[in-house]
Amino acid sequence: MSTEHKITTQKVNFKVFRFNADEDYLPYYENYDMEVTSEEVVLDILNRIKWDHDGSFSYRRSCRHGICGACAIKVNGRSTLACKESMNDMVALFGNELVIEPLSIKRAVKDMIIDKGDFWEKHEAVTPYLVADIDEEPEMENLVSPEDAEALDEADLCIQCGACHYACPVVEINEDFMGPAAFAAAYRFESDVRDNADSRLADVNAEKQGVWDCVKCFECAEVCPKEINPISKITKLHQMAFQKGIAENNVAVRHAVGFKKSIEKRGVLDEGGLVLYSEGPAIVKHVPVALKMLKKGKIAMPWNIPTSDNMDEIKKLVKSSSTAKF
Amino acid sequence: MEKLRYALFTGCTAKQSTPEQMMSTMAVAEKLGIELVELTEASCCGASHLQDYDDFLSLVLNARNIAYAEKHGLTMVTICNTCQLNTAMTKHRLDENPELKARVNEKLAEVGLEYKGTSDITHFLYAIIDDIGLDKIKEMVVTPLSQFNIAPFYGCHNIRPSELQNETHKTPESAYRPTSLDDLIIACGGQNVDYEEKNKCCGFHVELQAPHTAAVLTGNAIAGAMDGNADWMVTPCPLCHLKLDTQTAHASEAIGREVELPVLHMQQMVGLALGCTPAELGLNHHLAKVDFV
Repeated sequence: MSTEHKITTQKVNFKVFRFNADEDYLPYYENYDMEVTSEEVVLDILNRIKWDHDGSFSYRRSCRHGICGACAIKVNGRSTLACKESMNDMVALFGNELVIEPLSIKRAVKDMIIDKGDFWEKHEAVTPYLVADIDEEPEMENLVSPEDAEALDEADLCIQCGACHYACPVVEINEDFMGPAAFAAAYRFESDVRDNADSRLADVNAEKQGVWDCVKCFECAEVCPKEINPISKITKLHQMAFQKGIAENNVAVRHAVGFKKSIEKRGVLDEGGLVLYSEGPAIVKHVPVALKMLKKGKIAMPWNIPTSDNMDEIKKLVKSSSTAKF
Repeated sequence: MEKLRYALFTGCTAKQSTPEQMMSTMAVAEKLGIELVELTEASCCGASHLQDYDDFLSLVLNARNIAYAEKHGLTMVTICNTCQLNTAMTKHRLDENPELKARVNEKLAEVGLEYKGTSDITHFLYAIIDDIGLDKIKEMVVTPLSQFNIAPFYGCHNIRPSELQNETHKTPESAYRPTSLDDLIIACGGQNVDYEEKNKCCGFHVELQAPHTAAVLTGNAIAGAMDGNADWMVTPCPLCHLKLDTQTAHASEAIGREVELPVLHMQQMVGLALGCTPAELGLNHHLAKVDFV
């Protein structure tokens, strides 16, 4: 019955980030050449570095089954959960020279260990727990139907590993930005029928750190080891804000709504009209660039903006298929 | 060989802020012997913003666009990464979910249309690589770009989410180590520049609501290409192009360093290699001056 399973080995050069915040002024990279078997995962390599080469090498690990979320690091710039990531896949993707780094170099404390404080602060900020009036002595279980449970869209599978948070380019630039993991956590509870938190949805829709600053790069979807697809939760939080009538009248919200207005009118987007609708009087700040673009024939005049053929269809569909209000 | 025919979804910028993209698409298609049937009935795809407001409306409108490609019996070709993502994502969701497809078709029936799921949707970059082939491009090059270091800028919505993207083209692409644009540069005789930001975000989608974030991302991308000794950048996405070409002043200010490089559309690069003239490719429509031809 048993099929023969062949284990192969290959030579890999690991360039490993080393840093001790207590002793080192600057980080450095240590080279380790190893024979790697096709059975190993990235965590096995971290273990071997510590056990066979340098006992001072530091990293977080616990469950080694993709549950605890402790061992997320970066391999060649890609966030990954070390205990889940096959070495074979890494070599297939990046070749035989692999760079092993912590999730965030600027937050490095010792080798792979980072100060994840910002991650937890943002996690906490979204009230990541059920807010509900619970009968302390219920006569029966508080049942949730399968349909209601499906609304969570697997957001409850998050293990808080931080892979998406430290892959998000906005987190790197805007320190107030909550990040994809916190948004996914917010969605997990907002979509729970039992929850009745007051301000969570409004908080994550706030203008300066909220979901509207997501750049839509899909880095979070790409790295999530639990395939939660955080950006899909960000989209749903946007939609919820409209559904619950709490979307603020700000530039980001008008930018989303403006597409419908433009499509309804012309089918095609009226680029200048969208910026005007979104920005309002603040459009003046775009004038210098707009003038340069105008000189280069990159701005269509109002009388030259194209219109889709069969506009009657588009108008009819916008009318009959709209499901949101602003 | 039978002439390649596609239904062209131009997207909105090709007719407004990036006219050179439309010009170069047509010029290159002619050189390559491709017939493009323009979907003049198509609406805006919603640019990844409409669905934040009204997901169902976004699905219906994108399904309508695809339905027109299906009527022609042709594969839809997009020339914008975000059009590609929104359209391919719509197709994916409708093909996976018969109930959703039925709801969308109920609406489309009101205007006598139906989404069937019979047309593939691919970006022009992958149509060239999959259907024409890099070897054929190499053969057709009349002006090799051999004196240029060219920095590829892939654009998020062509490479992520990779699972969806790899459904839409035959040549596999990794989100972390994409190769299509590098390979195309090499096929055109150029030297490809490898740099960290080539598969990163340009910031376009938050230009209005988070201008600082957007400017830093743009600045980092151009700076990365400059540090890689690039003579110019090339991108398959007109939105990335707009950001990298027109927002250099903000980008320079945001990262505290003067950054600017000529940024060509993928079609303009191929066009140059195939012997199109700068005028045919609209090279005069750029803000960052294209002064090397």
